[in-house]
Amino acid sequence: MTGRSKWTTFWRTVRGRAYPRVIGAQREKSWVFFEIFLPLLQVTAYVFIYRAIQAPPEFLGFVVLGGAMSAYWLNVLWSMASQLYWEKETGNLELYVVAPTSRMAILLGMALGGMFQTTLRAAAIITIGALLFRVSMTVTNIPVLLGVFLTTLVALYGLGMMLSSLFLLFGREAWHFSNLLQEPVSLVSGFYFPVRALGQLVAAAASVLPITLGLDAMRQLLFPSMMTSLRFLSAEVELAILVGASVLFLFLAHRALSYFEKLARREGRLTVRGQ
Amino acid sequence: MRSGRGLEEAVRSFRVATWLGWQIESNWADPFVFAIYSLVKPLAGALILVFMYAVIAKGGLASPLFPGVFVGNVVFIYVPAVLAGISWTIIDDREHYGMLKYVYTAPVSVFAYLVGRGVAKAAVATVAVVITLLLGAFALRVPIGLGVLDGPLAAGALVCGCVMLAFFGILLGGVTLVTARHNYGVGEAVAGGLYLLCGVVFPLDTLPSWLGIVGRAIPITYWIEAFRRALLGTRTPAFEGLSNGVLLAVIVGSTIVLAGLAVVVFRIAERRARARGLLDMQTMY
Repeated sequence: MTGRSKWTTFWRTVRGRAYPRVIGAQREKSWVFFEIFLPLLQVTAYVFIYRAIQAPPEFLGFVVLGGAMSAYWLNVLWSMASQLYWEKETGNLELYVVAPTSRMAILLGMALGGMFQTTLRAAAIITIGALLFRVSMTVTNIPVLLGVFLTTLVALYGLGMMLSSLFLLFGREAWHFSNLLQEPVSLVSGFYFPVRALGQLVAAAASVLPITLGLDAMRQLLFPSMMTSLRFLSAEVELAILVGASVLFLFLAHRALSYFEKLARREGRLTVRGQ
Repeated sequence: MRSGRGLEEAVRSFRVATWLGWQIESNWADPFVFAIYSLVKPLAGALILVFMYAVIAKGGLASPLFPGVFVGNVVFIYVPAVLAGISWTIIDDREHYGMLKYVYTAPVSVFAYLVGRGVAKAAVATVAVVITLLLGAFALRVPIGLGVLDGPLAAGALVCGCVMLAFFGILLGGVTLVTARHNYGVGEAVAGGLYLLCGVVFPLDTLPSWLGIVGRAIPITYWIEAFRRALLGTRTPAFEGLSNGVLLAVIVGSTIVLAGLAVVVFRIAERRARARGLLDMQTMY
């Protein structure tokens, strides 16, 4: 295969794997409903908690933003990390392996499609949440906000691509593992309260997950007055760390895919179903 | 003679399904990992509330609202476990293991089988509830203790609540039998809705009045109130006027109504699923 046709195949694969998420997922209306409705239920419950304890209105905004960003985390868990396990169960994984294309291109397609799909859901959650609970946000620095948001997504989906290789070895535990990473990550990443409340040490440890720093930085840029005393690190420092994390996770995803695929082949786990 | 054999079949189905459910729940990991898994999720859920209160509420965890909210949140662990767990059994057996059709071709009582599968989830939930309550009592100073514990009320609420949730799960299982792609969200959506409407983590009066009325019409609201009274010895202002007897009567009465409704809905769904060939449906979702 020449260099040019190799790249053509790579990008065609990316496009082909992103397609079902960009177009196909929008066709299943019930999923659109559930993916917006379920996080909104959780957001609404937490908003009422803050109302019950008479929290400042900015905290309602923290919850709405956290709820929207949680859609990305759930997408990374269930549609990135666990995806190769589902593909194994439905018999697609062996087709991926025999196809004359890069497995990184498949993961990248999944990630780009997932980002697009989830951005629509997250935007709906923010819009409905902000209107429903009258949340007002003050955008202080649009370029930095956009930079933080996009870098968070790159780092987060890089982490998802890395986890998906690891999940290649899993059987039923893939489902349980993803399930396990929901509430604890909501807690340590501060989805519903500023992460600084957990203490500097826990917040620093939780920064391994890009969404922790991304969320803290976005809150600083959207609710500047309230976050002055509640921020973990400055938004600029968090952005710099996120850039580093993006590069690191994409590199690790590439290495992990190659290592775990070889291991799964050797142990005969690529085609095992109903485990 | 016939009913005796039916009872025997139901007991056998229940026993085997409970064992099977336990194996499916637990044998994917070694016991230590499984124990951690069973505890981390509910503990994290409780700690989210703890930090929300610690950051904002006047007096932090000493806020008078916190004990009721904590107990409500802990008891609610049973709801997704049993309710969504039973309906999930239909999806798991039909789509994942492809064995629902064999359950129907075997001499098995389907109701007993579904409840049996739910028991394993309830057992795991019970461990999580007990550990989280102990954490609350000893680490967070939630005033739960033997001095205030109303044993009969707690036992009555636990038994009635689990039966009520089992029938609710069977009702959802009926819906799941005749639905395809969106069945994954049904259990979660119902559990999420109940979490919001039943005043689990905030007083019911915080909801807009029309939503509060909906919350008061759901028996799980009364079940959670019964647990709050049994464990904390205090009454939520919204239910101040209800005696414990009335509270239990509401729970028992609504369980009976729900049981009738669940059996009818499940039987109708089952007939439709057979007629439309849905018992061995594979949607690949």
